[in-house]
Amino acid sequence: MPDRSVVWDSVIRLEDVTKSYPTSSRPALDGVDVAIGKGEFAFLVGSSGSGKSTFLRLVLKEEVPTRGHVHVAGNDLSKLSRWKVPALRRSIGCVFQDFRLLSNKNVFQNVAFALEVIGKPAHVVQKVVPEVLELVGLEGKARRMPDELSGGEQQRVAVARAFVNRPMILIADEPTGNLDPNTSVGIMKLLDRINRTGTTVVMATHDAAIVNSMRRRVVELEDGKVIRDQERGVYGFGG
Amino acid sequence: MRAQFVLREIGIGLRRNLTMTVAVIVTVAISLALLGTGVLIRQQVETMKDFWYDKVEVTVYLCGEVSRRPSCARTAVTQEQRDQLLAELSATPEVDTVFYESQEAAYALFQEKFADSPDLVDNVSASALPESFRVKLKDPTKFEVVAAAFDGRPGVEEVQDQKALLQPFFRILNRVQFFALVVAGLQLLAAALLISNTIRVAAHSRRRETGIMRLVGASNLYIRLPFLLEGVLAGLAGAALASGAMVAVKVFLVDRFLKPTFAFTAFVGWDEVLMLIPALFLTGALLAGLSSFVTLQRHLRV
Repeated sequence: MPDRSVVWDSVIRLEDVTKSYPTSSRPALDGVDVAIGKGEFAFLVGSSGSGKSTFLRLVLKEEVPTRGHVHVAGNDLSKLSRWKVPALRRSIGCVFQDFRLLSNKNVFQNVAFALEVIGKPAHVVQKVVPEVLELVGLEGKARRMPDELSGGEQQRVAVARAFVNRPMILIADEPTGNLDPNTSVGIMKLLDRINRTGTTVVMATHDAAIVNSMRRRVVELEDGKVIRDQERGVYGFGG
Repeated sequence: MRAQFVLREIGIGLRRNLTMTVAVIVTVAISLALLGTGVLIRQQVETMKDFWYDKVEVTVYLCGEVSRRPSCARTAVTQEQRDQLLAELSATPEVDTVFYESQEAAYALFQEKFADSPDLVDNVSASALPESFRVKLKDPTKFEVVAAAFDGRPGVEEVQDQKALLQPFFRILNRVQFFALVVAGLQLLAAALLISNTIRVAAHSRRRETGIMRLVGASNLYIRLPFLLEGVLAGLAGAALASGAMVAVKVFLVDRFLKPTFAFTAFVGWDEVLMLIPALFLTGALLAGLSSFVTLQRHLRV
């Protein structure tokens, strides 16, 4: 394991974090210490129920840890007041397995929505949305409705929406879970390109082929514990 | 804060939830109309009190030869008693003016009043009618002071408060008012619960939007404001309907029906009705705003 005891430039840092839910006797996360540096690309791997989603929810302050501290973008989340949570979330973009697009809005409107609801003025929206649509390779599809797009294209819209506000961190929870392998490669290239702009990317995944092909940092969770933390890792020793 | 965005969201929300919105508007309108009716009845009672209490008097009937009261001792009031009573009445601080009505004057009024029934007039002589002091009080509610001081005194047959004649009527109005306010209270409660439920349904049907808004870091205000304004807008629409109902009550019930039918008394004026309308709007907005706010606190958290 790489030595990460002194990481002062990390954007995400979990210190001895335990998260228990009242409905379960075993904690979802159990004494987790992980630090992810600025501009890093990290995979979070492990079977279902290993604690990947809890990890991501803690980073977004959708949950608070039972014990330990979560630091994101220089904030100790346990000390972050409720009204500052929106500001935290503006520095984190999110992509999910199920895309979470609004079916009654077209591509442009879906991406613009993310800017409108944080109060960005119309001229900014008009300028920034086409730029990000071009970045994700959806130029010319701004007026399409989500149900007219392929799964890969829908996920590109979701990535565009997550990235349009240029967040410091991009969180992706099984972003390729609903996509075929070829389409998945396209999404991974896109995430890689976003990572190269300096954005920290944390991606939870089951997809061994993708992890193996990227050769990035791998943090493996099992029963809520970190069992492996590897620079340039692969999905698993046994597969 | 982008007004255009908020307005668009409100429009979407109201259309998506049209039936519930209509139900909220109607419930708010009914409850506020009943509330307004209660207030108007209260003001009607006040108006009538103002009108009548200026006119009513306390009448101190003096003993005549036919009186049966023990205080009269089967004899008519003496000149001495009359002078004594007049002096004391005039000296009572609560008394404004005292006017003496003799048996002859009472008879003249009687003849005038029953001019249509000559048989009755012929059968009654002046001596059958009591002479009296007509007492005007500075404060018409201070009847008890005069009654306590003069009722049962030698030469006094009876002290009568004309105000008492109005009491049954006020009692009816007060009961109607109480009933209207109770029903209004229940309706307001129903309206609050309906608004709360409507907002909850609206929040549920838009959980995808609000979920995304939360994730991209929209502030609480931005997420909740469209819902809150939807509620307030429905509340204001209900208040507008209730205000229309109040104006209709004034025009059709009071001015066109009650006033010509009961010409002898005063009715609530436009002042009272127009003062009521802003109060109804305020109540509607507050009711809807508060119940929306409380619901959103519970069901739409960051």
